[in-house]
Amino acid sequence: MHVIVDSSPGTSPGPELVQLLTPEGERVEHPEYSIELSPQEYRGLYRDLVLVRRVDAEAVALQRQGELGIWASLLGQEAAQVGAGRAMGPNDYAFPTYREHGVAWCRDVDPLNLLGLFRGVNHGGWDPNEHNFHLYTIVIGAQTLHAVGYAMGMQRDGSGAAVLAFFGDGATSQGDVNEAFNFAGVYNAPVVFFCQNNQWAISEPLERQTRAPLYRRASGFGFPGVRVDGNDVLACLAVTREALDYAREGNGPILIEAFTYRMGAHTTSDDPSRYRLQSELEAWKLKDPIERYKRFLIKNSLADSDFFAEVDAESERLARHMRDGCRALPDPEPLSLFDHVYAEGHPLVDEERAQFAAYLSADVDATAERGEG
Amino acid sequence: MPTQITLAKGLNMGLRKAMENDPKVLIMGEDVGKLGGVFRVTDGLQKDFGEDRVLDTPLAESGIVGTAIGLALRGYRPVVEIQFDGFVYPAFDQIVSQLAKMHMRSLGHVKLPVTIRIPYGGGIGAVEHHSESPEAYFAHTAGLKVVSCSNPVDAYWMIQQSIACDDPVIFFEPKRRYWDKAELDESATPHPLFAARVVRPGGDVTLVAYGPMVKVCLDAAAAAEEENRSLEVIDLRSLSPLDVDAVCRSVERTGRLVVVHEAPVFLGMGAEIAARVTERCFYSLEAPVLRVGGFHTPYPPSRLEEDYLPDLDRVLDAVDRSLAY
Ligand SMILES: Cc1ncc(C[n+]2csc(CCOP(=O)(O)OP(=O)(O)O)c2C)c(N)n1
Repeated sequence: MHVIVDSSPGTSPGPELVQLLTPEGERVEHPEYSIELSPQEYRGLYRDLVLVRRVDAEAVALQRQGELGIWASLLGQEAAQVGAGRAMGPNDYAFPTYREHGVAWCRDVDPLNLLGLFRGVNHGGWDPNEHNFHLYTIVIGAQTLHAVGYAMGMQRDGSGAAVLAFFGDGATSQGDVNEAFNFAGVYNAPVVFFCQNNQWAISEPLERQTRAPLYRRASGFGFPGVRVDGNDVLACLAVTREALDYAREGNGPILIEAFTYRMGAHTTSDDPSRYRLQSELEAWKLKDPIERYKRFLIKNSLADSDFFAEVDAESERLARHMRDGCRALPDPEPLSLFDHVYAEGHPLVDEERAQFAAYLSADVDATAERGEG
Repeated sequence: MPTQITLAKGLNMGLRKAMENDPKVLIMGEDVGKLGGVFRVTDGLQKDFGEDRVLDTPLAESGIVGTAIGLALRGYRPVVEIQFDGFVYPAFDQIVSQLAKMHMRSLGHVKLPVTIRIPYGGGIGAVEHHSESPEAYFAHTAGLKVVSCSNPVDAYWMIQQSIACDDPVIFFEPKRRYWDKAELDESATPHPLFAARVVRPGGDVTLVAYGPMVKVCLDAAAAAEEENRSLEVIDLRSLSPLDVDAVCRSVERTGRLVVVHEAPVFLGMGAEIAARVTERCFYSLEAPVLRVGGFHTPYPPSRLEEDYLPDLDRVLDAVDRSLAY
């Protein structure tokens, strides 16, 4: 027996990568994972991918037009998110970062509701329990612990469901994430850790976050880790399905590293030309998750031009829904500042609300007096 | 020769000076190297000083501060950047339980010259966790020194003085003022780091502020002048130690004090200042010390921040109330 010391995080994926679809759209077999879907389900995944990319593009455009303060684009990560999102059962629960617009889509969150946070009209515009989809978490890694705790609750309730915890490659450096791995391992919690390794944490490449491949970290915590081609929606679906089954069956946590690429800027405030080469992006464009899936559908006669036209038309309708809906999102009332701070209320909040209301109406009176109203 | 610089540039120049003057000065943080920081405060430093002195760290605030402590124990002077105010909390244990206490625990044998730079405050239309004012947590903690610059010239000097300080310094940078400009004369003598400064003299009411609110108070004072009210504005600059003497000297003349900060009023810096001024200048006061600041609510969504943040009108409203006594 010899010891293998791996001192590179594996910026090229390596043979361990689970892939069911090559970048050319060729269906390939894998010894452990396979997937068989109905033609309709195959088409459904394509529809998801295209619509999710459209949601994202529309949000970027809305930001450019000044309708949103900022947007975190998922461009390039559609397959990872749709694959993972569609693997979930109705009773499973997801804990997202701020970039999981594709998972939100799969959990039936109206894309319009994603915009509130980025427009600055709320801190998260949906009821998590209505969708089994928690609020976006901006503080890197924090949600992974919530995910484990939630899974521990499910375990106690005998719910037979599992949790899917999303985070990025950068997040794996945080204490919280490593604590989440450990808690999940110790308590055998039914949680699937889904790391989208998009190669970048703002300007920092993977090498600044880890010396060993991310999926391997799981073994140190005593549970399995698997690396999947994050631009292959079929592989992401197959691997996540199996991982959720594994967790639901009481085997404890499992880590999935979806090997993918952030094709856009970190957010609309970011300028990636300052830190990465255009050639890297060009190389990844050849592995585009949607292009390869479309080729697969066509090659296997799973979809015809009518279908593609219908998806395009739907995409247009969705974009209009977002544009019109976003512009119509009202600014909150000033006094709503004080809403929901406590479940049971707080006298100081009440006092300040009353003072601020008086201040605001005095202001209106003063303005009226000066004849400026 | 005086040059026109932004506050961000002042910090950048100050950091560069500190690195030139002392090879033990290191810069650490997320995206501080190649990118030069999300606000470009460390722009160009890694290029000129190398990756050994400007470290793009793993994404882990506790790790950054904890290792900075170790480097300081080994004789280095780490300057840590926390990317935004709301992301300092993962490092809270390392700052308040470790960094703040180690000098005392070692009976003075080890020094902890760590500077932690934190862009703070609102007004830039950001999403949650990017607009907070957590200074009171740190000022509340013995063993830390806490300062905040309000303008480009102070930024240039204060960052160098903080790095030179043998105690840990939490250095708050008013992010919405990063792009404000002023003339810098590098040959001038800097004001002492822990001393407040009267930035506008006046006789009727004293306004005390720091960081982003200094400009708001100066604007308020200019507006008040048109109504023949003379407001004195003090820029605290240092929150711990707190230059109470400077505030009291002013209040003894004006008899009225309004403290302004973005942070929530409840148990904020204003509370401490009000208590101390009341103790020291009770017989000079013509009115209770008033506070203008944030509410007892989380920082709101950005479309409400103009309502939430103290502005000229709210400062003048407090001035009116003070004068009405
Ligand atoms: C605790 C904390 N520190 C810093 C940040 C600032 N920040 C936002 S996103 C980001 C990079 C995240 O990278 P990664 O986890 O790989 O996810 P990605 O954005 O690539 O999807 C950083 C440093 C933050 N949000 N939270």
